[in-house]
Amino acid sequence: MESAYIIETIVKVVIILTVFSALAGITTYFERKVLAFMQRRLGPMHVGPYGILQVAADGIKLFTKEDIVPQNAVKPIFKIAPVFAAATAFIAMSGVPFLPEFTLPFTDYVVHPIVADVNIGILFVVGVMAVGMYAPLLGGMASHNKWSLLGAARTVIQMLSFEVVTGLSLIAPLMMVGSLSLIDINNYQEGGIGHWIVWAQPVAFILYLISGYAETNRTPFDLLEHEAEVVTGYATEYSGMRWGLFAIGEYANMFTVAFIASLVFLGGFNPIGIIPGGLAILLKVSFLIFLFLWVRAAWPHIRPDQLMWLCWKVLMPLAVVNILITGIVLI
Amino acid sequence: MIDFTQYNNRNISDDYFYLDIEKPPVTWQGKFKRVVKRTLSGELFVGLWIVFREMIKFDIHTIQYPLEKLPISPRYRALHQIKRLVESGNQACIGCGLCEKICISNCIQIDTKYGSKGRKVVKGYSINLGRCIYCGYCAEVCPELAITHGQDYEHVSEQRAHYATLPDLVTPMDIFKAGKQKPYPGFGSLTPNADNNVKKTPLAY
Ligand code: SF4
Ligand code: SF4
Repeated sequence: MESAYIIETIVKVVIILTVFSALAGITTYFERKVLAFMQRRLGPMHVGPYGILQVAADGIKLFTKEDIVPQNAVKPIFKIAPVFAAATAFIAMSGVPFLPEFTLPFTDYVVHPIVADVNIGILFVVGVMAVGMYAPLLGGMASHNKWSLLGAARTVIQMLSFEVVTGLSLIAPLMMVGSLSLIDINNYQEGGIGHWIVWAQPVAFILYLISGYAETNRTPFDLLEHEAEVVTGYATEYSGMRWGLFAIGEYANMFTVAFIASLVFLGGFNPIGIIPGGLAILLKVSFLIFLFLWVRAAWPHIRPDQLMWLCWKVLMPLAVVNILITGIVLI
Repeated sequence: MIDFTQYNNRNISDDYFYLDIEKPPVTWQGKFKRVVKRTLSGELFVGLWIVFREMIKFDIHTIQYPLEKLPISPRYRALHQIKRLVESGNQACIGCGLCEKICISNCIQIDTKYGSKGRKVVKGYSINLGRCIYCGYCAEVCPELAITHGQDYEHVSEQRAHYATLPDLVTPMDIFKAGKQKPYPGFGSLTPNADNNVKKTPLAY
């Protein structure tokens, strides 16, 4: 049993690493295509049929590009920072149950599609994602470049502030469920669309989505690497695969946020009617990812002072009030 | 005495009006009210709907450039061409040198000599395409419609000085013989309704 468990865990880790690294690339393709269609363009068209091999071209480019380390950079930190971005994003995934339990075909071996079912699941995931803040911070400060430094400073204010909103917005549903385990939260919503937590906690859902966008550095809040203001922010000096690691980390975080949002608020992997649970959660996650791209095409982004205003004067009081009301109703 | 009032009136149209923009609130109640109003007015969803509608309509405006090209105006000033006379097949340049004179960037050079019948013939003609600013003056000034602008805008060179000489510019003989030398519709050419505009010069006035 022990060795089987170890082998199972290793297999799951390898599958998650490969699947989500590949998904990061494929998502960039879909992001370009969706954005292009929304702006009446065609997007990538020349590499392969309908540009589908653009992902491969980008990958080859990233791997073979010269790896430049600036002369005055703090070299060890500069080199290790992107690893934090990708590593924390993938470590956070170890606490996420991606699919319902299933039995391996032709055996009676039950697979739990979660690497580590810790009983503080969501706390672990949110915490590790927050540690990912160190990657832009260290990378930006070690780069010896003023744009990188400004980008790093923005990273800290944005991520620290929105960490508060993430935490507070998740507290209300957790109070209803009474457990931090994502599997318990999922099982709490058994029994169809009517039992989803989003109907009981719409405000918390919206708050979580907003802060999720801010933490994954997506468009209304993409201040960390806004070209018009700070070139590419913390990533200005990065090239090749080191930059690629940042990108993979960002897309992996997008998927984690989408999975958490669908697990906590949208009924997780409970079957909807005839749709089996595994497909249901994939549909929800795909929709949330599409929402990320959709919002990017539609909305302009905001200034840093507006961001802080939004966080501390609007979202945080709302989250606290939401918790209060939830508490009163629960009592 | 000319009346200048109509020229001094800078209001182009009476349809101009000031927008009725509400003043930003100063009190905190007013600010709070504005935030709530803007939050609940759903403007953000209008934006979402618009881009989604465009995606569904799939009305794509991309031109995949090397494979597809936009039609360009006949007056577009791309690479020069020197036309041949339809009757004789000789190149139409008479060596008057006006184009060399007018060229702003001094990039045309023309050399002439006396021909066997005592007429002026063009010995050499070159344009430095690297210096040319494609202003079109040479085509406009040419009395014979000899030098014209073609439609071919795709040209590169390995150096800044990039000369085109008479053999490069003149319509190739095979194209001319096949009757494919296109009449020039750009600067200085006859307009399609030129015939209607011709008036007979009266003998007595
Ligand atoms: S287009 Fe203008 S710059 Fe070019 S050769 Fe003619 S006159 Fe000179
Ligand atoms: S103006 Fe025309 S005819 Fe005169 S030299 Fe130039 S190309 Fe020849």
